[in-house]
Parts: sequence; C-alpha cells; structure tokens
Amino acid sequence: MGLETQVTSPFLATRMDEVINWGRKYSMWPMPFGTACCAIEFMGVVSSRFDISRFGAELVRFSPRQADLLLVMGTITQKQAPVLKQIYDQMPNPKWVLSMGACASTGGFYDNYTTVQGIDEIIPVDVYVAGCPPRPENVIGAVVKIMEKIDREKAADWR
Amino acid sequence: MMTEADVAAKVQERFGGRILAANAFRGQSVVTIAPKDLREVLLFLRDTLAFEWLIDVGGVDYLGYDDGPGKDEREWRFEVVYAMLSMANNVRFRVKVAVADESVTVPSVWDLWAIANWEEREVWDMYGIVFEHHPNLRRILCHDEFVGHALRKDYPITRRQKLSAPSENILCDRSEIA
Repeated sequence: MGLETQVTSPFLATRMDEVINWGRKYSMWPMPFGTACCAIEFMGVVSSRFDISRFGAELVRFSPRQADLLLVMGTITQKQAPVLKQIYDQMPNPKWVLSMGACASTGGFYDNYTTVQGIDEIIPVDVYVAGCPPRPENVIGAVVKIMEKIDREKAADWR
Repeated sequence: MMTEADVAAKVQERFGGRILAANAFRGQSVVTIAPKDLREVLLFLRDTLAFEWLIDVGGVDYLGYDDGPGKDEREWRFEVVYAMLSMANNVRFRVKVAVADESVTVPSVWDLWAIANWEEREVWDMYGIVFEHHPNLRRILCHDEFVGHALRKDYPITRRQKLSAPSENILCDRSEIA
C-alpha cells in the first residue's frame, strides 16, 4: 500500500496496522485462475444469490498486476504449472492465495502423470477449500478465513 | 445399404493374405494389417469404398494384456487404430496396424487427411510409436521436458515430471503455421 513506509513511530505503527488491515481485508481484488468446474461454481460465488461483494471482494481483475487475492479454481496440469507460478509472481505484495476444490488442493482424483498434486508444490497457499466443487458458502467462508489472517498480519511484514 | 461386414468382406477380397486378423464384435468390424500395407488399405477405403473421413487415430499397448484362458500371447505389443467414417454410405469401419515394438515405424497419413498430423503426434506422445515422413512429430499433450511415453503400460504410475518454465508456444503453436 505504501502507507506503512511512512510510519516510523512504533506506537503509531501498531494503530496503523489496524487501519491498513481493515482496508485490505474489506477490499480484496481477486484474480480468478479458473481451469475447471470449480470456476463455474465461482460464478455462483460472485453472482447475486451468494454475492461475494458483501465481503468486499467482488472486483474481479483479469490482470494479476491489479489483484491481491489469487483464486486457483480447478485442475493444474504440469504443463500449466509454470504459468500459474508466473501469474503469482506478477501479483504485487501483499497477496493471498485461495486453493479452491480437491484438484487445486491435492490433485483430486487425477493421481497421474499429468496433474500437479496440489498447487502448494508451486506457490504458497493461505486457505484450502474442500469440495468437488465446493459450495459457494464454502468459498465465502474461506474468504472470511483470509480476512481473519489479514487481521493478524503486520503491514510492515509485506515490505 | 452397405454394412460393416460388407466392408470387411470387400477389404478381405482385395487384400486377402495380407490381412493379419479380421474380427467383428457386436456388429463392429475390424481388420488388422501390417504397417507397410497401411496407406494402401486406407486409400482403398477412401477412394473405392467412399470412406472420406478419418475420425480418429489411437494407440493401444498390449503389454501384459490377458486375452483370457486358452488364448496365445500376442505377437505384437502395440496397435494403432484408425477409425473411419463414410458419410456417403453411413457406415463406419476401423483398421488396426500391428506394431511389434517401438523399433517398428508406421507410415504417416497426414497427406491424405490433415487431421492425422495432430492425431499421430498424440499417438507418438503417449506411446512412442514413430510415424514416418510426419512433418512435425513433436509432443502435443505432454510438456516439452517430459521423458518417456505416459500411456505405455511400463510407465511408472507414480512418476511425476515437472516443467521448469512456461512453453514458448503455449498460447499459439507457431510451428503449425510455418
């Protein structure tokens, strides 16, 4: 965000963390990396019935450079793995990763030569969502988990 | 009205002793031939029997395959299957090519049907069967750093192979345009 670099007093930094984290957690910009049926379920997550915008994360960006929440939704093949890594690297700090569904988290039932056995082989993951595909409530629950994680962070850690 | 059995009879009449095996299962007829006869048989099907469409080219690995009690072991390890369709006569037919091992090559038919280009690449990628005179015999499904052939029965089921960097041609395969 850049604000944290301006704060030098320790007391002020503690209070600033709360302000910055409050801003971050209610305005996450997701970058959808949808490769399979979980991405169809994500349409339900962003649409009006479940509506992820109630949690401030509705502004879906299709450029990783404008996003801070990477949603990996679907099977990741070995051929695609370096692409996912590149997209993660292109996202500016601070950034969080949500692994949606069995395939992204563990490879799912694709226990074979072509599928990455969980995206945590390539990039760090903050929250795993179980399900094949997960219910939209489940995904929103995971977004709330990431909010709770942001609450515990210090802004300076992301420098 | 031509049936699959009629097609099989015509192919057998024309090629006789060069057919290694011919059988039918639930109305689906198959002939098995040697690689050297492939182009001749497919051209006969295309030009004489109006099989204008090559539907699919697939591979099979029969390593360790059990044909059931009383059946001999197979003389060839691989088969390449050509699925044909005649829209003029509304009939389907399939031709199998017996490939003894990986040292045997199969003539490419990409100049007869353009789709064979990609289909043969897939068979090569998955089974390691080489197609002679193919213009671009590269991997099509597995990544460029992949070693071995994944659908062979002796490929270890738990072996994983990572790709170090995104493929140059992942969005547009320019080798096909050139």
